[in-house]
Amino acid sequence: MSAGPAEGGRPPDTARLAISDLKISLGHREVVSITDLRLDHAEIVGLAGESGSGKSMTTLAILGLAHTIGASVTGSIMLDGRELTGLTPQALREIRGRRIAAIFQSPSTAFSPVHRVGTVMTKALRLHGSARSEAADRAAQAMRQVMLSPDLMRRYPSQLSGGQLQRVAIALALALRAEVLLADEPTSALDVTVQAEVLDLLRDLRDSDGMSVLFISHDIAVVAELCDRVAVMRQGLIVEQGPASRVLSSPANLYTAELLESVPKLPSRG
Amino acid sequence: MPALLQISDLAVRYGPVRAVDGVSLQVPAGPFGLGLVGESGSGKSTIGRAVLRLAPAAGGCIRFDGTDVGSLRGAALKAYRRDVQIVFQDPDNSLNPRMRIGASIAEALRTHQIVPRRGEASRTGELLAEAGLESAFAQRYPHQLSGGQRQRVAIARALSVQPRLLVLDEPTSALDVRTQAHILELIARLRTERQLSYLLITHNFGVVSELCEQIAVLYLGKITEIGPTDALLRSPAHPYTRALRSAVPEVEVAGRRSRVVLPGDPPDAANPPYGCVFHPRCPLAVTRCRTEPPVLRSLGPGHQVACHRAEDMLAGLQMPTRR
Repeated sequence: MSAGPAEGGRPPDTARLAISDLKISLGHREVVSITDLRLDHAEIVGLAGESGSGKSMTTLAILGLAHTIGASVTGSIMLDGRELTGLTPQALREIRGRRIAAIFQSPSTAFSPVHRVGTVMTKALRLHGSARSEAADRAAQAMRQVMLSPDLMRRYPSQLSGGQLQRVAIALALALRAEVLLADEPTSALDVTVQAEVLDLLRDLRDSDGMSVLFISHDIAVVAELCDRVAVMRQGLIVEQGPASRVLSSPANLYTAELLESVPKLPSRG
Repeated sequence: MPALLQISDLAVRYGPVRAVDGVSLQVPAGPFGLGLVGESGSGKSTIGRAVLRLAPAAGGCIRFDGTDVGSLRGAALKAYRRDVQIVFQDPDNSLNPRMRIGASIAEALRTHQIVPRRGEASRTGELLAEAGLESAFAQRYPHQLSGGQRQRVAIARALSVQPRLLVLDEPTSALDVRTQAHILELIARLRTERQLSYLLITHNFGVVSELCEQIAVLYLGKITEIGPTDALLRSPAHPYTRALRSAVPEVEVAGRRSRVVLPGDPPDAANPPYGCVFHPRCPLAVTRCRTEPPVLRSLGPGHQVACHRAEDMLAGLQMPTRR
């Protein structure tokens, strides 16, 4: 089922998620055109770009949801060698949530305000085939994995802080045994201290669970902290991509350099 | 000479919650920036709102130019509302979506009789130019502008009435990094050109480091540390300051430091812990911290801290870190 860790030269067939010649259009206007973007096993790839760069549209396309906002998609999105574009809605629903999970900027809008978060979690697990008793156990275990007490599952979303709720969203992805996590600005609404905890958590999941994360953010400093590889997106195109250490220390593209230059500098500790 | 703004022992309560609990701050005549830094619930925005009389003070005193702001009525209050202006995180809250940009700015000019009516259009153009926008923007509606452009309009509108003090409440948190840098540049330029004093409220040290002479760090409604920007960022004396600073993401690998781990979430403000309010999350807490609330005390020129272990911190005591 899983392609296992990719080593060495990374031939294209070992990528967990491989996007090629992806074009997303709204009407006659092409808003995203990605020639090549790949995410390997246990890798965090940062997709950095500003509002309107097309990064969130790309998330929707990977989830097979671009049509919900009236966009059309051509090209190839492969998950472990299996083509996702052109799958039936039923087949996509199997994959979305279970193998590819997503978390967004406002976790409060991802949870129904009238249900306890535990109910939302177990319901999602049961939809994807868990038995009732197993669903509760898996949810509780996932909560512990993100360092939250399973007792919090009895609370309503409004009774949790933004950071806690984002961790519950990640716990749900874990409970579903998702292999790919699409994280679209998951820390932009959080305090820096809470953001740092969520970033640590994503690193842990990569290292211990082999999770692959596509981390989408306008904040290149956060991308720099977290990611193994970086793709910089502007006006629907990837203008530069490569290992984080290279892209961030010696950007080849002027726009990347400008983004890096914009990050406020702190005086170093004396 | 009295400070332009003098906040003494300010308390603001929302029901059982002590949102601001005995805070004293001073802002001299400009150019001067005071940064208020803390997490959600630290009371930083409430202080800004109390200065504008948008939040009621339950105790203490706010003086502007020596006069108690709470006692202002009638013409004096109107004058105060011109002297002190606020820029919010989300400019959508301060710009009427149904008014053209020019009309929004002209309304402020008219309310405070800044220029004669026939001068409004040209003055609006000048203000937009000062904020880095072409005068043609006066004809547009807020929804036709980007977030950064809207924030420039909010700044132009605040400046239109020639304020002496600005409250900037997370002015760049909703913006892209590049737009944030442009807005910060704008604030830096205006500060010199207009000799502005301001309170800059943010959760991000990166935003205040170049724009503020002084930083006050807040936790659960109290000042934990206050001092000159450079001293505070280079040698923080409070464990919370160090933790906050280490959480700021940085691009330079050399600049990146290992992060100080703060266990747990901020405590319930309605039911604050005994002793030092920070002790449940403080990796350096000792018995004394659980029983005796630390008072704000002087460490050096303009540098004060409320921590029993400040001397140990300054002597190089390490905190548990990750990575």
